[in-house]
Amino acid sequence: MSVAQAQLSDKNVRSAMMAGMFALAMLGMGYAAVPLYEIFCRVTGYGGTTQRVDAAQAATVQATTKPMSIRFDSNVNSALPWSFKPEQATDRVSVGARDMAIYIAKNESSEPVVGTATFNVTPVLAGKYFHKIQCFCFTEQLLKPGQQMRMPVLYYVDPAILEDPETKDIEEITLSYTFYRSKDGQAVDQAGNDS
Amino acid sequence: MTTITADGQIDDHAHDADHKPAFFQRWFMSTNHKDIGTLYLLFAIIAGIIGGAMSGLMRMELAEPGIQYLQTWASISNGTEASMDQAYHLWNVLITAHGLIMVFFMVMPAMIGGFGNWFVPLMIGAPDMAFPRMNNISFWLLVPAFLLLLGSAFVPGGTGMGAGTGWTVYAPLATSGSVGPAVDMAILSLHLAGASSILGAVNFITTIFNMRAPGMTLHKMPLFVWSVLVTAFLLLLSLPVLAAAITMLLTDRNFGTAFFDAAGGGDPVLYQHLFWFFGHPEVYIMILPGFGMVSHIVATFSRKPVFGYLGMAYAMVAIGVVGFVVWAHHMFTTGMSVNVKMYFTAATMVIAVPTGIKIFSWIATMWGGSMTFKTPMMWALGFIFMFTVGGVTGVVLANGGIDDNLHDTYYVVAHFHYVLSLGAVFSIFAGFYYWLPKMSGRMYSELLGQLHFWIFFIGVNVLFFPQHFLGQQGMPRRYPDYPDAYAYWNQISSLGYWIMLVGVAIFFVNLAYTFLAGRKAEGNYWGEGATTLEWTLTSPPPFHQFETLPRIK
Repeated sequence: MSVAQAQLSDKNVRSAMMAGMFALAMLGMGYAAVPLYEIFCRVTGYGGTTQRVDAAQAATVQATTKPMSIRFDSNVNSALPWSFKPEQATDRVSVGARDMAIYIAKNESSEPVVGTATFNVTPVLAGKYFHKIQCFCFTEQLLKPGQQMRMPVLYYVDPAILEDPETKDIEEITLSYTFYRSKDGQAVDQAGNDS
Repeated sequence: MTTITADGQIDDHAHDADHKPAFFQRWFMSTNHKDIGTLYLLFAIIAGIIGGAMSGLMRMELAEPGIQYLQTWASISNGTEASMDQAYHLWNVLITAHGLIMVFFMVMPAMIGGFGNWFVPLMIGAPDMAFPRMNNISFWLLVPAFLLLLGSAFVPGGTGMGAGTGWTVYAPLATSGSVGPAVDMAILSLHLAGASSILGAVNFITTIFNMRAPGMTLHKMPLFVWSVLVTAFLLLLSLPVLAAAITMLLTDRNFGTAFFDAAGGGDPVLYQHLFWFFGHPEVYIMILPGFGMVSHIVATFSRKPVFGYLGMAYAMVAIGVVGFVVWAHHMFTTGMSVNVKMYFTAATMVIAVPTGIKIFSWIATMWGGSMTFKTPMMWALGFIFMFTVGGVTGVVLANGGIDDNLHDTYYVVAHFHYVLSLGAVFSIFAGFYYWLPKMSGRMYSELLGQLHFWIFFIGVNVLFFPQHFLGQQGMPRRYPDYPDAYAYWNQISSLGYWIMLVGVAIFFVNLAYTFLAGRKAEGNYWGEGATTLEWTLTSPPPFHQFETLPRIK
C-alpha cells in the first residue's frame, strides 16, 4: 500500500468514526427524549399538566375575588377493578384560594390492588396555573379487598391566570383523573396473597 | 479535501482491470460497488413486485363496497375458516406490509443502495466506496430484514396472523394491542433495515468527503452526489431515533417497561413524536436522490448545464435541515395548542420555498434548451408534474385547521402517493432508463420505454387522482369497506391500478428485451448533454475503474 493510500485509509476511518458517533449520539438523544419530554410537560404545563407546589409556596398566594368553577372528572381503566368517583362533581372557588376536593375509590375485587392515577386539566392552557399542594395522584395507592378510601386533592388556581391574555377568559377548569392498575402492583398483589 | 494525488500508477497488485471473480464470490461476497448496486436494484425490483401485488389485493377489495375477498384470503392464509375480525386484521396486515415494503425495501434500496452505490463513486471519480466490505454488510442485512417482515405474516399478531399496526407502529396498538410474535418480528426487521441504512450512510459520507477526484471541490460535485450526501446525513440523524423508539416498543412489549404505557407513567403520544422525528426526514430521504437524478436527466436532454447549480445544491441542504423541525404536522389531531399548530403549519410551508427553487430551476434548465424527449426525460418530466401536484396538496394539508378535517382521509393517501408513488417511483424509472445501458452495456427499446411511460402515467393518475375526491368527501383511510356514496370513484381508482399494471408488465418486457436483444451501448450514448464522469467510461464500466484518478479542471 502506498503512502497516499494509507493516508486516505486513515482519513476514511476517522470520517467513519465521526459519522458513527453522530449516529450513536442521536440514539442517545432518542432515549433522552423520554425524561426531557416529561420535564417539558411539567415546566410548561403542556397538555394540561398541572403544577406541584409545597405548602410554604402556597402560603404566599393571595386569594382574589374572581370566582372559578372547577369540575371533577374520574375514569377507571378497565383492567382495574375499582370504582372511583368525586364526592361532588363541581365546586366554585375564588382564584388564589385553597380548596380541597375529595375523590372516593373502592376496591370491588377480592384481592388487594395497587392503582396509580394520571391527571390533567382542560382547557390545557390552564395547566400552568393549576397548582396542587397535596394529591393522592403523587403516589401509588393500595386498596385491600372491598376497602373504600377518601382521597383528597389540595389545590388552588394561581392568580397569574388572570394576567395571561391566553387564559384570562377561562371561567371553568376541569380536573380529570384516570386510575390504572399499577405495573408494579402485580408484585404487591403476589405479596398480599401470600400473607 | 484535495490532498489525493494521482497515484494510480503505484498500484502494486497489477491485475487486469476487468478480471471478475467467480459467480458465488462475485455476487454473494461482493465488495464491488457496481455489483452491490446491481444487487440492491434486483432486491428493490423483487420487493416492488411483492409490495405492488399487495396494493393490487387492496384495490381489488376496495373496487366495490362491502367485503368481497378478504375473508377468503384470510382463510387461505390461516388454513382454517377465518372470522370477520381476522379478515379485517388481514387488511391491517396488508396496509402495514405495503407501506413498510415500499418505503424500506423498495424506494430506499433502489435510490440509495442501487443508484447511490452505482453512481456516486463513478461521478466523483473514485475507484470504489470507502468501505467495500461494510457495503456488503449493508446489503446482506437488508435480506434477513425483508425475510423477517415477510415471515411475520405467518405468525400470530393479535387478532389474526401478521403485524397489523400500520407502518407507523403506533403504541398502544403495537404494544398491548397486538399480542404474539408478529409485531416483534416486524420491529426487528426495522432494526436490521435501519442498521443497514446507517452503515450505508456512514459509507457514503466518508466516500464523498474523502475520495473525490483531484480538483473536484464540493461546489463542483454533481447534484446527484450532493443529493446522496444530504440523504446520508438525514439517515444518520433520523434513523437512530427510530431505532430508540422501536426498541422502547420492544421492551414495552416484552420486558415490562412503560415508555408508552400511561399505567406506568408513560405517554403514547411520545412515541408519535419520536416516530415522526424520524418519519418526516424519511420522506425526504425517499425523494432527495430522485431530485438529484432528475437534475442530471433534465440537463442531459436539454443539452444545457443545470440552471442555478449552487441554488439547487443548497435547496436540498435547506430541505434536509427544515425537514427536521416540522414533524408534528403529522400529529395535528393529537390535541396540540393553537400556538404549536401555528408554528408547525408555518414551518411546514417554509419547505415549499426550497422545493419551489428546485422546480423553477428545472423549468429554467429546459427553457431555451435543445430538448429531446427520450424515455428518461419523459419520466423526469412526469416526475416534475406529479411531484408538483403532490406538493400543492401538501401545502393544503400543512394547514393545521384544514388538517383537522382531512386527517386520515384518502386526501392524505392521494397526497403522499403523488409525491412518493408518482414522485419517487417516476424518478426511479427515470434514473433506471437513463443509466440502464450504462449499467448493462445494452440499449433498451425506446418504443417500449415510451409505451411503459404513457400507460403507467395514465394508470397512476386514474388510480390516485380520484382519491383526492374521496378524501374531500370524508372517506377515511385504512378501512376495507365504505358506504355506497364512495363507490364511484373507488371503482375508477381500482381500474387505474390495472392500467398501471399493464405499464409494469411492459417494463419487464423491455427489461427482457434489453438483455436478450438490446444493441450494444457506447460509452456516452446520450451525447453532449451528458457531462458527468460516468460518461467518460465504457458501458458497462470496467470492473475496476479510475485506477488513474481523473482530474477535474
